[in-house]
Amino acid sequence: MSDPRTLADVLRERGVSRRAFMQYASVMTSLLALPPSAAAAMAEGLAKARRQAVIWLSFQECTGCTESFTRTLNPSLEDLIFDFISLDYHHTLQSVSGEAAEEARRQSMRDNKGKYIVVVDGSVPMGAGGVYSMIAGHTNAAMLAETVADAAAVVAVGTCAAYGGLPMAQPNPTGAVAISDLVKDKPLVNIPGCPPMPQAMAGTLTHLLSFGSLPALDEQHRPKAFFGESIHDRCYRRPFYERGLFAKSFDDEGARQGWCLYELGCKGPVTYNACASLKWNGGVSFPIQSGHGCIGCSEAGFWDRGGLYQPLSAGTLSLRKVIPIAAVGGVVLGAASSALARQRQSRQPAAKE
Amino acid sequence: MELLDFARGPALQFAIAVFVLGTVWRLVGVLLLPSSRDMSPAREGAPASWLGGLRTVAGRMWPRKEFVQSTLVLTLGSYVFHIGLAVVVFGLAPHILFIRKLTGLHWPGLPSNLVLGVGVVTLAALCLVLARRITHPVMRLLTHLGDYLSWVLTALPVVTGLLATMHLGGRYETLYALHVLSICALLIWFPFGKLMHAFWFAFSRGATGARFSHRGVNV
Repeated sequence: MSDPRTLADVLRERGVSRRAFMQYASVMTSLLALPPSAAAAMAEGLAKARRQAVIWLSFQECTGCTESFTRTLNPSLEDLIFDFISLDYHHTLQSVSGEAAEEARRQSMRDNKGKYIVVVDGSVPMGAGGVYSMIAGHTNAAMLAETVADAAAVVAVGTCAAYGGLPMAQPNPTGAVAISDLVKDKPLVNIPGCPPMPQAMAGTLTHLLSFGSLPALDEQHRPKAFFGESIHDRCYRRPFYERGLFAKSFDDEGARQGWCLYELGCKGPVTYNACASLKWNGGVSFPIQSGHGCIGCSEAGFWDRGGLYQPLSAGTLSLRKVIPIAAVGGVVLGAASSALARQRQSRQPAAKE
Repeated sequence: MELLDFARGPALQFAIAVFVLGTVWRLVGVLLLPSSRDMSPAREGAPASWLGGLRTVAGRMWPRKEFVQSTLVLTLGSYVFHIGLAVVVFGLAPHILFIRKLTGLHWPGLPSNLVLGVGVVTLAALCLVLARRITHPVMRLLTHLGDYLSWVLTALPVVTGLLATMHLGGRYETLYALHVLSICALLIWFPFGKLMHAFWFAFSRGATGARFSHRGVNV
């Protein structure tokens, strides 16, 4: 289980030049918004890093997060970082199954007590005693509690793990909760997104490996470097927003001209992620560039914040019944108060007499 | 539930319900009151009542010649902030989308930066008329707490809207939520304070004009 090789050894074996390695450290330093001087320290730390034990728990999820990390188009140094970690337990990727798999998890926990990292994707069902999702006869909540007990840190990957995600969408039939609702006494990093950006995951791991600490986090435990700015702030269509040029439908002239998608329900202004700057598929594109507004998938409760195609400035609750009822109530009250006033007026002469 | 979800959901729904109920209540309550009939004969050559009313509604849009000089600042300031508010409310694309969701009506929006500039001018004009109200002894005497509240609740959506647009003083979603909540407060107060003049001005001027256009003699 314990591998004496350092990351520098592994990279050398794979023919990665020092120049390429330094380049990676510089890029990652920049992505993490660290000072340029940190690049050398990061490279040095990374080179000396030994394999980090990682236990990956998958609960109520769709495996999209794993797909996001493993299906990159081009093999890169980021992939090497993922290859370099010792992934001791992962449902989708591990070859063993059943009790052997569970034993591998426990073995890693024993061997790396207090040092391993737990990555979680998916929310945890708490309804009906947690029976909606069971692994090896254990509820997700029980497995999470057991596994994080001796962990060095917990990384909640994807919106389901970070905020509850789709399983927690109303009416939340399984009583799903986020990892942060259950893990209170361990350093926790949230990397939301559906799926999350691989660079945010690689950046967090790189920071851990090179400096032995978590990157700077915001109040929602997200790495500031990747979740510090909104999609709207970095969107290349922003100038069209400022000029009031909006696509009215997905195939009108405005859409063809690349105008702002705000009117088509883009949630970019209230969504914090790095999609607009780092983009997907090796920097090729991101949803807005492909012609679809941001659905705000990296924000808590995005599924229940009104329709995906409903503009951000519109209310989220229907007023179809409320307005007529209020208007009828107003007419009744108005008629009653006017009748009262008439009655009072008609009594006045009698009072004078 | 986050602040923005609360603002865009239950708060907005409640505020619109209160606004509709209160406005209809006041309008129906007053319009159904018995009108006192004009018992005196109309003066010679008097226009029809409705025409007299309409003339007054239009004529009172600008002060009489004798008062133009003394009320110029107030008149201009009032015009600037009223027109500014209209441009901001009905010109900004997100506002039009809000109205479209409510009523189904929509029209082309203005450039966001232009509306931002108009918003700044509107706020300045609002401050100007408030300053005059506070410094003028007679106006100060005539102004009560409800009037100051009306000013605050009118200015707040402008201030929070500007801050949200310029990303000043907080995260966008927080500023945006405060903007929506300030609009909710305005909608709730609207029917019960002097903001109702948005509806009453036509009725009150019209009633006065209809009556006065029949009285007296031709000069």
